Amino acid sequence: MGEADKSVPEQAAGAPAKKPPLSQARRQAARRRFIRSALLATGVIGFSLLGYLPVVYAKRPRLRPPGALDEKDFLASCIKCGQCVQVCPVRAIRLADLDEGFGVGVPYIDAREQACDFSCDAVQCVLACPTGALVYRKPVFMPVREGARLAKPPILRAKEKDPEPTLEIRERMGVAKLVRPEACLAMQGKGFKGQARGADFKGRMRYMDVDRWKPIPVREHPYNVDLCDLCVRECPIQGAISLEPAEPGAGSSRMTPVVHEPCVGCGVCEMICPVEPTAIAVEERAVW
Amino acid sequence: MKGQLLDSVKVMLGREVRKPERFSGKARQIHQLKRLNKAEFEAAKEHARAHGLRGNKWRNRRWAALIAANLLFVVSFWLDIQILEGALTASRFVGFHMIDLNSALQVMLAHKHILVNLVIGTATIFLLWLLLGGRTFCSWVCPYHLVAELAEKLHLKLAEKKIVTGHEFHRGSRTVFWLLFSLMTWVTGYTVFETVSPTGILSRALIYGPGLALGWILVLLLFEVFYSRRAWCRYVCPIGLTYGAVGILSPVRVYYRLEHCFHEGDCRKVCLVPHVLDAVIKGRSPEAEMPIGPDCTRCGLCVDVCPSGALRYDIKGLSKLL
Repeated sequence: MGEADKSVPEQAAGAPAKKPPLSQARRQAARRRFIRSALLATGVIGFSLLGYLPVVYAKRPRLRPPGALDEKDFLASCIKCGQCVQVCPVRAIRLADLDEGFGVGVPYIDAREQACDFSCDAVQCVLACPTGALVYRKPVFMPVREGARLAKPPILRAKEKDPEPTLEIRERMGVAKLVRPEACLAMQGKGFKGQARGADFKGRMRYMDVDRWKPIPVREHPYNVDLCDLCVRECPIQGAISLEPAEPGAGSSRMTPVVHEPCVGCGVCEMICPVEPTAIAVEERAVW
Repeated sequence: MKGQLLDSVKVMLGREVRKPERFSGKARQIHQLKRLNKAEFEAAKEHARAHGLRGNKWRNRRWAALIAANLLFVVSFWLDIQILEGALTASRFVGFHMIDLNSALQVMLAHKHILVNLVIGTATIFLLWLLLGGRTFCSWVCPYHLVAELAEKLHLKLAEKKIVTGHEFHRGSRTVFWLLFSLMTWVTGYTVFETVSPTGILSRALIYGPGLALGWILVLLLFEVFYSRRAWCRYVCPIGLTYGAVGILSPVRVYYRLEHCFHEGDCRKVCLVPHVLDAVIKGRSPEAEMPIGPDCTRCGLCVDVCPSGALRYDIKGLSKLL
């Protein structure tokens, strides 16, 4: 009926189409095309839903940038543009690949490789986010997990003397935990001398005594301490971690790092820990 | 004219192109003249063939623009000049939010919460592409369009040698995909399309470095080379439909002039969306002069290939003034 009498396939558009094709052949072609289209739809939709697999199997929980919404909301609201990646002065933020399913193109932080040390002072990634996947303050209708909210706005040690020393974030990214106490140098009463992570380590950090506005490679800032306290020394948040005696009674030089409530889970301790693998690590999205 | 616009929207959504039922007086006259003076028509056609201006002017300009736009993203990050930050899904041009319409739609459907920045950026991009022609985004900016164009050349070469045969799908598939992806995003609360969107994947790969996701791009390209010409852009991509909708009212379009047309069909052979060029078939054009449909990506391949200048770029209102 409404079929075009000259609607020849494009490859043969210039050829003369004098003889109208049999309607049965045409009907068959249409049916074949329909089946092909249905298969195409199944294929593409099926592949796109494979994104569920990593979610279902909860593969690789990721440390998200500061101010990230809860995981499900975060994946939903992130527009995968990477503007947070671009503003980070230490390039702590990376974008996930296809093996993370619906998390493809979503930012995460590999703290051991490069932690967020808040050297931008203002949590620039939150400012850069166009969709509110990273926020200073969650919208009221979003639930806050118990223990995720910080008791007080965290005080940035680098800004201690500033009129406004706090970070704007209200919820923690996770909580640091001494995962391998037996490996911790302080626990063994040992000191540390040299480059914290070796000569090949590419991670960078801001050292206030070097330059407040220019983070430098960690390898360019060697340490020499009688008792290893790198995690405590470099923690950017006031009162988040301290060294306490490992066992009661005087005379012992063995100490243990103790994490306190203000810990935001930035992962600086995990990055700087000089033992391999790290003795202290951030537990992503953990609550206090 | 109004009926034609509605018709072209339906065609964009996937309906078969139909022979027009009504022709304007002038169009009828031209059709008739072409039939009556057959010898003269053939002579003029040969003349146009021999002397017509053909080239790659618009294709070259378009490729330059596409590469420049994507390069601007790359250098803004790598050289830290901060002109165009972000990726194609969302960015900031010297501080102004720009958000891809389809990505914005997905985030709103998944997140069910709308932020002011999102609205500002989306409105900016909507106005921008309303002015520039809707699917102009596809052919002038989308990086997948460029690689798919190269794959298409390969496909056509192999098809010519009869090594591969092209398969068509129903054009309505794209509308179904658009609806399905929207629905899945709403139901699951994940931006499902983003996992497979070659536009986002390629844009991010260019700016932030390659990854596994490029494997998906390779799969798509192989599918297009060996099975179906330009399958993603033609039958799947919801971004194209979204911008196509923007293009319905856009003043920038390719304009067809029946009088200059010799109905040789070269334009339809190079076109990504040949259904918009149905009017160039002999005896089909309902008007003596008319813009071609909103699904047109304004890529200009037809403008380049037309030997007689029957297809040209046109800006509604402006071209008449000039």
